[in-house]
Amino acid sequence: MWSALKELYKYDKRFKISTRIFLVIVLFMCLSAVSPYDPRSNYVTPVNLAPTAAHPFGTTSKGQDVFWNMTFALRNSFFISLAIVIVTRIIAFFIGTIAGYMGGIVDSILMTIDDSFIILPILPILIFLKLILGRIDFPSLILILSLFGWAWDARLVRSIVLTLREREFSYTSFFSGRNTIRTILKEYLPHLYPILLATGINNMIWSLGMETTISTLGLTAIDVPTVGTTIFWALQHQAFVAGIWWWIVFPVIFVVLLFLSLYFLSVSLSEFIDPRLRTYEVEG
Amino acid sequence: MIRYFIRRVIVFLLVVIIGVTIIFFIPRAIPQLNPVEVLIRRIQMSGQYMDPNSIELMRESLTKLYGLEGGIFEQYIRFWQGLLAGDLGPSFSSFPTPVINLIKVALPWTIGLLATTTILSWIIGTILGALAGYSGRNKTWSRIFETLANAVRPVPYYILALVLLLLFSYIWPIFPTGGGSTIGYKISFDLKSILIILKHAILPAVSLLIIGIGSWFLNMRNLTALILKEEYVTFAQLAKISDSIIFRKYVMRNALLPQITGLALQLGLIFNGTIITELVFSYPGLGTLIYEAINTSDYNVVMGVSIFSIVAVSLGTLIIDILSPLIDPRVRYR
Repeated sequence: MWSALKELYKYDKRFKISTRIFLVIVLFMCLSAVSPYDPRSNYVTPVNLAPTAAHPFGTTSKGQDVFWNMTFALRNSFFISLAIVIVTRIIAFFIGTIAGYMGGIVDSILMTIDDSFIILPILPILIFLKLILGRIDFPSLILILSLFGWAWDARLVRSIVLTLREREFSYTSFFSGRNTIRTILKEYLPHLYPILLATGINNMIWSLGMETTISTLGLTAIDVPTVGTTIFWALQHQAFVAGIWWWIVFPVIFVVLLFLSLYFLSVSLSEFIDPRLRTYEVEG
Repeated sequence: MIRYFIRRVIVFLLVVIIGVTIIFFIPRAIPQLNPVEVLIRRIQMSGQYMDPNSIELMRESLTKLYGLEGGIFEQYIRFWQGLLAGDLGPSFSSFPTPVINLIKVALPWTIGLLATTTILSWIIGTILGALAGYSGRNKTWSRIFETLANAVRPVPYYILALVLLLLFSYIWPIFPTGGGSTIGYKISFDLKSILIILKHAILPAVSLLIIGIGSWFLNMRNLTALILKEEYVTFAQLAKISDSIIFRKYVMRNALLPQITGLALQLGLIFNGTIITELVFSYPGLGTLIYEAINTSDYNVVMGVSIFSIVAVSLGTLIIDILSPLIDPRVRYR
């Protein structure tokens, strides 16, 4: 799998560029470790300064440095979505393989549950939860979004396991007396890695988008710096009316770059996995 | 055919009944959402002192006033009786305005904005996508369009709407910052009203159109490209059937069905999207209504709006299910 990624990096221009952008953003997040300011304390810098050498992205009306705050915000947003990705991959893997491998009644029950999660409207539910919980803190947000994020991918995993089950190595493994769990982990999981990676990136885009939207609406713990809460505070202080454009423009640029790089990573990965998508490019 | 029709209608009724039941019971199961308690808490928070006796009295009279007395099943039956008579009960936060009146005010805004943009973006995206898929991606316009559609796709709708709002109402203020019409302006049926409404609707509509057209375009282009590889298209080409007939009757018609199913699903998601759109642009439709109602725990309004959306969505899928065999001859009524 590692060598396949290297190949992709060498031959697919989109993959190369988006990997670089992504790595720059990750580097930017790492800068949060050496930040001179505490992201939660206010009025540590003069307010409303335009971008200068000392404050490359300017400062906010809350007396925070936008550059250093963005390092924290991106890092937090990224780790929140990463946690959601990991949890949903695990759920999707187990539900998908169990449904695909067992078949029959287990399969129908699991897929009915799966379908109900696909059609539930998530935003009204989250607004409802905010009312009950007061504010949604980030651990609960991770749990809730994970609960909604696995359904599509579990379906995909199931469909792949359905075909794997009919392959010869499945029978070999079965007749050599290997138990089910070991067969799934040793034989099926390697086949599922690429699809789990590609859908994982898509899931990350989705959860980053949900986090940003929900935080910007002010439904989450607004004292934790994330991309969404940064925009939330900027809107609260009427940053644009006051002419403090750098407070909103830099978060938006960074998050859009992150989205685009992730998206093109996932597009070139899925084309690599499923060459049928590629024919169009070559022929057309 | 008739059996298929009846079965679909029964499924539709079942979905509506189950949906309404769930929406009835969930808010009542959560104590934090009890509107009587919410109101009493609000009065206490405003700093007024009340002795426990008068609180108890107030609780009783409010419960009666809001129609929440009696067991939950009694309430449930009364709720259905009201619903069938077109009465959704009073709103709690702007008591005693009936919920149905609030919805009547908000509904035209949502339908005007959301339905128009969804259908318009579907038509434009589908036609452009079919043309791009058919004439190949070597055409410059189709390439430019594809790049744009791909670049917009991963950006969450909220960010896109925000960027549009910032660009066109703060940096270059040619459009209003929000609202459905100028504040305090009384709407009547004349040219000036229509112009004001249109001016307010342009930004939200454009944001929805950008997202919508992009995804319909990409879908339709891929579908068309797949169908072009089918054998019947090759045969038609060998038989020297004219290009325009191949395009319209062989390619378009077959590619349309998944797009139509997609439109049905999209109509279902309208309600999910409307909250964000209406909040960003402070548009006075159902999304804003339900958001405020949830925040003030006004669950008669929440229920009313949700019931409306459930009925509308299931009705939409019902109509499309019944119509789709007419569009695609390969689908039979079963």
